[in-house]
Amino acid sequence: MSEREQAALPRRPGPPLWLLLELTYRCPLHCVFCYNPTDFSSIGCELETAQWLRVLREARALGAVQLGLSGGEPLAREDLETVVAEAHRLGFYTNLITSGIGLTEQRLGALKDAGLDHIQLSFQDSTRRLNDFLSSTRTFELKSRVAALIKKYRYPMVLNVVIHRLNIDHIDDILVMAERMGAEYVELANTQYYGWAWLNRTHLLPSREQLRRAEDVTQRFRQRVGSRMRIFFVVPDYFETRPKPCMNGLGQVFLAVAPDGVALPCHAARTLPGVIFPNVREMSIGAIWYDSPAFNRYRGEAWMKDPCRSCPERARDFGGCRCQAYLLTGDAANADPVCDRSPHHHLVSRIVEQANLAAGAEQPLVFRDHRGAAVAD
Amino acid sequence: MMGEVNAASRPAIGSGFRLQWESAQNAHVLLYPEGMVKLNASAAAILTRCDGVRTVEDIVADLERAFSVNGLGRDVLAFLGLALERHWLELRP
Ligand code: SF4
Ligand code: SF4
Repeated sequence: MSEREQAALPRRPGPPLWLLLELTYRCPLHCVFCYNPTDFSSIGCELETAQWLRVLREARALGAVQLGLSGGEPLAREDLETVVAEAHRLGFYTNLITSGIGLTEQRLGALKDAGLDHIQLSFQDSTRRLNDFLSSTRTFELKSRVAALIKKYRYPMVLNVVIHRLNIDHIDDILVMAERMGAEYVELANTQYYGWAWLNRTHLLPSREQLRRAEDVTQRFRQRVGSRMRIFFVVPDYFETRPKPCMNGLGQVFLAVAPDGVALPCHAARTLPGVIFPNVREMSIGAIWYDSPAFNRYRGEAWMKDPCRSCPERARDFGGCRCQAYLLTGDAANADPVCDRSPHHHLVSRIVEQANLAAGAEQPLVFRDHRGAAVAD
Repeated sequence: MMGEVNAASRPAIGSGFRLQWESAQNAHVLLYPEGMVKLNASAAAILTRCDGVRTVEDIVADLERAFSVNGLGRDVLAFLGLALERHWLELRP
């Protein structure tokens, strides 16, 4: 059989090597300064400890090996240590993705004992909070304390900052802050435009000019700090002419479980229309991964339309991101319009052009003082 | 600095990395923050022997015995150099 014919068959995929558990949607960041009690009303919808542990066991038995624990804020779950311990016992490599809020020495010690392998401290903050953060010594001290703790327990300091138009001009400040916190790795990841970010895309997409400046600043910073700090700068794919090979193809390696137990082939996939995503309360991970229509839907190439169907590059990018194709073109089976072969590519170009124009008009506000950006938020 | 691996070095799996057998992939894998490398048989044969106790000389001798071949030294050193560069390994005093 030719390679091409083989690729067209919906082969049985490999195991879900990557498992992401979004343990909770609760996030104390919304009320970090007032110490309000967190919203307990949503707890009823979250999976219980025993259910999370069952997910871990079933996924591991299939061959899952990398585990991400995120949220919301995963530290909002009091059973996080229990989940980590079981994951470690099963042989997972465990990654905690946290804002750091709630990470006391006691909890970090317990997590280390439970076998936690890695911590990523992330700032998925809106502009207002980022600006507060950049300007407020109180938050800075809080984060610095967490950073020091992370070092004390001999984890590498890995910082992830979500970048968008309203904070991209502060990349210098952000990098200086990262340096003061002793970060060894910094990921400056541009916002991905799904969900809320999609609705606000014209407020969030940077202009080409902003991007270029930010890359310059980053490059100069790299030269100054040398190998002490490694900085990754992820450009938004709207500025590319080929899409990213999203998730290595949906249903190929990645499985996410949302707080309520819904299983997804990508955390953004909930937006895809006409797909009923299975719930781990009702189905085993094996049945979800191998047999559910939701996970089989975008496997192989049979679902593809032109131009992807006959494109020589389809084995490289699988036609890009289904969610992006749906959001922009209304049909999830179309080529990702980031691709300049897509007949819808002009939709992306137009958004980029709008961003260029709008950023020109707003620049002084964002630039002059941090509060300006907060107003635009 | 990285190139200094020699016959007397004692390589060990780098901190933050974990080497383990994955039956689902029928291979040894090296795990690290949010990533994984699937190892081929020779890489696995070398890395599983890097315990921070054995010297490179011991490792080469052991490999030559296990696979009944001679003259592996250069290939092993070349691989170790690469693995050190990627932080898969670090040298123990
Ligand atoms: S046409 Fe489709 S498969 Fe080809 S490069 Fe573009 S997105 Fe990828
Ligand atoms: S297709 Fe959907 S699932 Fe994949 S990366 Fe894109 S958003 Fe995520």
